[in-house]
Amino acid sequence: MLDIEDLRVSFIDREDTGEVVHGISLHMDPGERLGLVGESGSGKSVTALTVAGLLKRSRSTVSGRVLFQGRDLLQCPRDELRKIQGREIGMVFQEPMTSLDPLMRVGRQVEEVLRIHTQLPAAQRRRQALEMLERVGLPEPTVCYEKYPHQLSGGQRQRAMIAAALIGHPALLLADEPTTALDVTVQAQILELLKALNRDMGVGILFISHDLNVVRKLCTRVAVMHNGYIVETGPTEDVFRQPKEEYTRQLIAAIPTREKRKR
Amino acid sequence: MKKHRRHNLIFGCCLTGLLLLLVLVGSIWTPYDPEAMDPLAKLQAPGLAHPLGTDNFGRDIFSRVLDGAGTTLLIALASVAAGMVLGVLIGALTGWYGGWLDEVLMRVGDVITAFPSILLALVLISLLGSGTYNIILALSLLFIPSFARVVRSEFARQKALDYVCNARLMGVRPLRIMLVHILPNVFPVLLSAAAIGFNNAVLAEAAMSYVGIGVLLPDSSLGRMLSESQTYFTSAPWYALSCGLTIVLLILGVSLISDGLGERDYA
Repeated sequence: MLDIEDLRVSFIDREDTGEVVHGISLHMDPGERLGLVGESGSGKSVTALTVAGLLKRSRSTVSGRVLFQGRDLLQCPRDELRKIQGREIGMVFQEPMTSLDPLMRVGRQVEEVLRIHTQLPAAQRRRQALEMLERVGLPEPTVCYEKYPHQLSGGQRQRAMIAAALIGHPALLLADEPTTALDVTVQAQILELLKALNRDMGVGILFISHDLNVVRKLCTRVAVMHNGYIVETGPTEDVFRQPKEEYTRQLIAAIPTREKRKR
Repeated sequence: MKKHRRHNLIFGCCLTGLLLLLVLVGSIWTPYDPEAMDPLAKLQAPGLAHPLGTDNFGRDIFSRVLDGAGTTLLIALASVAAGMVLGVLIGALTGWYGGWLDEVLMRVGDVITAFPSILLALVLISLLGSGTYNIILALSLLFIPSFARVVRSEFARQKALDYVCNARLMGVRPLRIMLVHILPNVFPVLLSAAAIGFNNAVLAEAAMSYVGIGVLLPDSSLGRMLSESQTYFTSAPWYALSCGLTIVLLILGVSLISDGLGERDYA
């Protein structure tokens, strides 16, 4: 479904041009849960933003290919890209405080994709939004629909974001550290929710995180990024049990565990 | 503490509302014809017949203040509205797109703000000629950069926020993002800027009319009346006081509103 081939991204920053992603290739099957892990600055978010088409074209140069359902997103004209992205790619961001428009009712934001990409009448949009709000586990969808983001908790906001991202039934959900800003209990709930939605709706999830534990819980396959390269890919358990690369080994060794704390 | 904040807002709204109401009534009906002279009742002190006294031609000052405040308000509101619309437009475009458009328009704005505003207004008026509408034109031109700056910085800030990225990803067109998503979020800041602009406009009108480049006869305005009244300051202090205090109250009311709103926003 998603094929990234030799993707290179560099930023044009007045004087120095820096390449931050050095020709990575990544393959993702439909409905797969793929984890992209790495430390801050390893290029994982940039990769996601490239797939999402959110990089400013004037500030960055991108080469390689990003094939999504057989079409190269990097070569797509803007109008077409807009259509593909809105319906076929959804995204959830790290910061639930800023990822919802503070002055728009939650329900309307969840509907936004339908308003733009479909001709559905308002009543039907509302119905689908309510359905989606219920599906992501928000209590009393009709009440939540009318609320403003600041009236929701962080976890609830993230659920609302997921609802907004998935209402158009996209094939791919980009999740850029969606659980990092949440506490551990809520984190676990969101992971369960993502798993359930992946199973029920068949949406593929590209899950970006620096948190290996979270990735291990959610993803079936994992790609490890370091300094703009993908150093290792494989089924999650294999990578965790027998990391081939030194960097991966170090990353795994850095996971805090109960045994280590006792020592 | 919270109660105190609300007092500002409530008091400001009451004061401004009262003044607006008076001006509104004054535009339809005034106790006397503001232009009607009465040689027998020159420079009378405030009393029952003339609540704010009469001027050197025996004209009723209360009626004249209502009339003049109407002109002043018209100038202030119109110039702020025009400056705001254009400022928002420019600010939104420069903040959203950035690049050379941003550089060019903002530098033009810098040039305008670099001049002392009264000086620039003087130049504009001497080019355009004085009169109510030319003052509005000159003032709105002066106000554009301040609105544009505020809106630009807000747009630049908001466009980097995730909800805007998300809207872009959803395929929302830039125009809709700007109007439906960002603009409402800029509104509180814009409101404060408008209040400051309003006050500046009232003062600018007063200053320009005072130095004689403002409103033309037969129109009257608070600034013009203030300048006329100074000759009689010792013999009829109520004349100058009524005009001056009206200006002060107008500004006080709007300042209190913007203060009350601002404090609540950032609380």
